[in-house]
Amino acid sequence: MSALTDDTLPITPRAMRDEMVAFALMAVLLAVVPLTGIYPFFVMQALCFALLACAFNLLVGYGGLLSFGHAMFLGTAGYVSAHALKVWALPPELGIIIGTAAACGLAVITGYISIRRQGIYFSMITLALSQLLYFIYLQAPFTHGEDGIQGVPQGHLFGVFDLSKPTVLYYVVLAGFLAGFLLIYRTINSPFGEVLKSIRENEPRAISLGYKTDQYKLLAFILSGTLAGFAGSLKVFVAQNASLTDVHWSMSGEIVLMTLVGGLGTIFGPVVGAFIIIAMQQYLAGYGQWVTVIQGVIFVACVLTFRRGIIGEIARLLRRSL
Amino acid sequence: MQALYAQLLVGLINGSFYALLSLGLAVIFGMLNIINFAHGALYMMGAFCAYFLLNIAGINYWWALLIAPIVVGIFGMILERTMLQWLSGLDHVYGLLLTFGIALIIQGVFQNYFGSSGLPYQIPDALRGGMNLGFMFLPIYRGWVVVFSLVICLATWFLIEKTQLGAYLRAATENPTLVRAFGINVPRMITLTYGLGVGLAALAGVLSAPINQVRPLMGADLIIVVFAVVVIGGMGSIMGSIITGFALGVIEGLTKYFYPEASNTVVFVLMVLVLLVKPTGLTGRAA
Repeated sequence: MSALTDDTLPITPRAMRDEMVAFALMAVLLAVVPLTGIYPFFVMQALCFALLACAFNLLVGYGGLLSFGHAMFLGTAGYVSAHALKVWALPPELGIIIGTAAACGLAVITGYISIRRQGIYFSMITLALSQLLYFIYLQAPFTHGEDGIQGVPQGHLFGVFDLSKPTVLYYVVLAGFLAGFLLIYRTINSPFGEVLKSIRENEPRAISLGYKTDQYKLLAFILSGTLAGFAGSLKVFVAQNASLTDVHWSMSGEIVLMTLVGGLGTIFGPVVGAFIIIAMQQYLAGYGQWVTVIQGVIFVACVLTFRRGIIGEIARLLRRSL
Repeated sequence: MQALYAQLLVGLINGSFYALLSLGLAVIFGMLNIINFAHGALYMMGAFCAYFLLNIAGINYWWALLIAPIVVGIFGMILERTMLQWLSGLDHVYGLLLTFGIALIIQGVFQNYFGSSGLPYQIPDALRGGMNLGFMFLPIYRGWVVVFSLVICLATWFLIEKTQLGAYLRAATENPTLVRAFGINVPRMITLTYGLGVGLAALAGVLSAPINQVRPLMGADLIIVVFAVVVIGGMGSIMGSIITGFALGVIEGLTKYFYPEASNTVVFVLMVLVLLVKPTGLTGRAA
């Protein structure tokens, strides 16, 4: 059986340099967006999904665990943050912390349950768990069911930055995205990340070398879920609402699609994939359900012909690590 | 007590669908090593097929029970030949992703033409009305669904566990290379197996059409419940899938009576409990 990402290059000084250059390029490009007149709401939304896809990719691309329920972290953090901001009137920084902490707690519980099975069963279990949460949120009073939590106030971050100004909000979201991205990058290249990759390649061997693989997988799951929750909390400030859409299975599917299009197990792939999928939804919004059909076609095309994804293919052509 | 029996019957009916669908998933997984995410969409196609047969061609329910599984089964075999077969040797996850994409395409196309609301499908004349059993009133159609599903499930079990063809199938599941060396056309068997699994899903769709209405998304949420059923029961045994399917349907029905708020979630909660107590599932082997 061939692994999900079988041609990751070893870390060399050259690879590190390439990745640093690419990161600097990405940061500069994103930093000048407000000066170009591109609709900032679109980019902010894409950045939240990019962070979400990167968090998902940490688990699937490096840990080999395909979660089909990552929307549950997005939605949980979103609901808790929105509730904290609107009902408890907490300041934005506390709202983000509480939302992310809720996703972290959820990741501890769901991770403990789902890593008991591997491969395809893991995917089915995470999907079922997120559907369980969907029904809970559908019935829980604080989520307001089908209406969701709407009109969430944005407030002043640290009492200084007025988040209702689009430019200020943009740079706050960008800072959050870059911080999360660097944390994931650091994790991948840490000793922990190396053990994770070895588990993906050959779990029995990792066990025989003395690693407690379940603990590594659980930690990766928690980290991934927490960061996905962080993205969900940031998204509340952009969209100013939290709704059932964010917990639905179709959202989990979109997260998978973004990462697959960009490239599973590549560092920058999920970011590129998120921008492509969000842009596609934006431009094709008038075509109703055909968007779903197109997403399905992209899934099929990616799996049959394009398994490395866009960044994966570019990296292979250039023989570089991206 | 009337309400309790009524919910038990609803539970048995849902259990029939869980059993037929998880049975198909297990048969397909055994041969193709693919979890067929498109199973829910193909179940929906079975129901639509019956609807078209009745409303366009004027072909009745009884013929639909035969024709719809064949038509959808052939459609499934085309999918297998054109797409799924290229995945052999790759990580199992790719099969899940590909069939998820296929499900999105099928459901999206049907949603475009039929929206999200339900289309009614008449109960056939012979199965209308009900019987008074003394302790409860039994709508004949509902009783028919349970009995017929059970017969089909047991027939599938017999086909796979007790016949020559089933023996080839089980052998090919264990070691396809060796079975090919004996001169058996394994790729054709894989295609037929996928067609069989898909046909079972379509049959469940026809059975459910008069009860649940015909909707483009009727299989989308159902398939996730069936995944939980499969995790609970494991995919190692055919009889295991059948029993788990019916049992979970009954438990869900009982929950609807005693604590209706939890009826949507009870199967998932049971999945969590089973994973905590016996991670390999009730009948399955470790995957």
